Amino acid sequence: MKRRAFSIAAGAILAGVLGFAGPAAAEKVKIGISIPAATHGWTGGLNYQTNRTVDAMRKAFPDVEFIVAAASDPNKQVNDVEDLVATHRINALVILPFESEPLTEPVKQVRKQGVFVTVVDRGLSEPGIENLYVGGNNPQYGVVAAEYFKRKFPNGASIVVMRGIPTAIDNIRIEAFQKALAGTKIKVLDMQYANWNPDKGFQVMQDYLQRFSAIDGVWAGDDDAALGALEAIKQAGRQDKIALLGGSGMNRVVKAVMDGGSPIDADIFYPPTIIIPAIGLTVLRSTTQAPVQGRYVLDSPLITKENAGDYYFAASPY
Amino acid sequence: MSDTALVVRERAGLRGALGAAGPLVALLALVLLGAAVNPAFLGPDNISNVLTRSAIVGIIAVGTTFVITAGGLDLSVGSMSALIAGLMILAMNTLLPFLGAGWTTVLLGMGAALLLGLLCGGLNGLLVVKGGVDAFIATLGTMGVFRSVLTWVANGGSISLDFGLRSVARPIYYGGVFGVSFPLLALLAVSVLGEVALRRMRFGRHVAAIGSNREVARYSAVRVDRVRVLTYVIQGVCVALATLIYVPRLGAATPATGLMWELEAIAAVVIGGTALNGGFGRVWGSVVGVLILGLIQNILNLSNLVSPYLNGAFQGAIIIIAVVLQQRRKPR
Repeated sequence: MKRRAFSIAAGAILAGVLGFAGPAAAEKVKIGISIPAATHGWTGGLNYQTNRTVDAMRKAFPDVEFIVAAASDPNKQVNDVEDLVATHRINALVILPFESEPLTEPVKQVRKQGVFVTVVDRGLSEPGIENLYVGGNNPQYGVVAAEYFKRKFPNGASIVVMRGIPTAIDNIRIEAFQKALAGTKIKVLDMQYANWNPDKGFQVMQDYLQRFSAIDGVWAGDDDAALGALEAIKQAGRQDKIALLGGSGMNRVVKAVMDGGSPIDADIFYPPTIIIPAIGLTVLRSTTQAPVQGRYVLDSPLITKENAGDYYFAASPY
Repeated sequence: MSDTALVVRERAGLRGALGAAGPLVALLALVLLGAAVNPAFLGPDNISNVLTRSAIVGIIAVGTTFVITAGGLDLSVGSMSALIAGLMILAMNTLLPFLGAGWTTVLLGMGAALLLGLLCGGLNGLLVVKGGVDAFIATLGTMGVFRSVLTWVANGGSISLDFGLRSVARPIYYGGVFGVSFPLLALLAVSVLGEVALRRMRFGRHVAAIGSNREVARYSAVRVDRVRVLTYVIQGVCVALATLIYVPRLGAATPATGLMWELEAIAAVVIGGTALNGGFGRVWGSVVGVLILGLIQNILNLSNLVSPYLNGAFQGAIIIIAVVLQQRRKPR
């Protein structure tokens, strides 16, 4: 932290000196990266992947300067974005919005000032603001979950669902999930928020197990919540009777799917690694003028024993 | 008011017994509500689940009762628990190759956790008492520090206990004797000890006297600084004890571990009849407060009573009602 502050300060002084020395000196390209702080497992992984990518990029592109800011709430993120533009005078912004609505207007202002804008994962509320969008496929996430249960229970079943943290993403996934299940014999008994959190997942699952004597399947929405739910199901001794699905590709869960023998036999790919192409494309655009406008959407396929090897990152903390 | 606190305290035992009905009435009302919405509510499994789950914040709330009774505040307990959980797991994983997956490793990990709780609590106490930093600010600071250190150690992800050790430690949360789970036994033991220390021992009277009026307590030859630091140390040890129960449950610590536990503990303490600005506290009330909070969640999950969007509103309303109930009964 201290070292980074120092290098930023040193960079600023250096830039000042160069500015005086001669206007001919090539200016450093500055890329600001604004992401949510590690409030749950997935964002934890996001912070890890961001720092890892930035470290690699710093070595590969010494002329590019990176400023990373992690915000613990949407309001702080708006401040971060303003600081990146006003004090760091960035040329490009890579942003994973905490929430769509509150960040839309501030990012629009950034774009107006001629900054190249890359939006990651959570889209803004107004189309056409960003130059580049990189994201996972949230409706597909819900659909893949629904397909999983449809395939598992062709003759119908009773399932319970855990929602995430109340956000636009959660709504999109759940809507797509319900739509894909419409008209089938799969009945959703109840939905509760488990905040993509293992402790909450454990608690909600314990109560579901008390409330419903027959549960065939659980969609925990996220692997953190699924791991909590798994302990509750084990405690009740019902692990052979309940199909449990999480989502997002946490390495521990992908490993369990790969090895087999776990009550969790599948996962949905939606990893925090999506920040990597977002940073990469933005750097390439700034250094090589690569025309990379548009949308770059990564699939969210089902991870099964057969393909789990492709999605397993042993060193990742998530 | 404060000058007579020491005298009034003597009568508080009797009055407390009479005015105690408040939180118990709220608890009883919730039990009846639960039984009405779902027959499974009174099932032994459900009762055991809720009580065992509540033991974690319950043990923390016992410590919180001491801090608040002495006129202090500790906002760092949730973060402290996350940090202790993470470092305890790391310690056990590190010892594993030398000592094997057995009770020696687990017990050493538990010892490390208790030591860490002692240190973290001591740090809070010294910052507030010796450093003269306002308790709200000092513990708001350590709250950020503890959680960030864990996030840093965990690289933003989770720290998982080795699977071999997990099966060794698992009975700490899931096991029990005569159908009473170990976490519940621990909660009972800690709350009885806490109740005796706060209500029947000189130390407890000093805690209340300090919370009532620090200057008067000082003139009455109470070793104010030492007692105040000790309340934070007790809080730290309680957090460590709660973490010992928490870790075997899921076998992992994440940056989201213990999120909001400080507010749950403070809410429980106030629901239980302890004065938020100090001077009077009762440990058993705090435990009832924790049970009330646990039951609210449980009832919401067991029923379609309210939309999940409104869970927080329901919880907030019950907390306010519980506090209003106990204030009516308490002559002030």
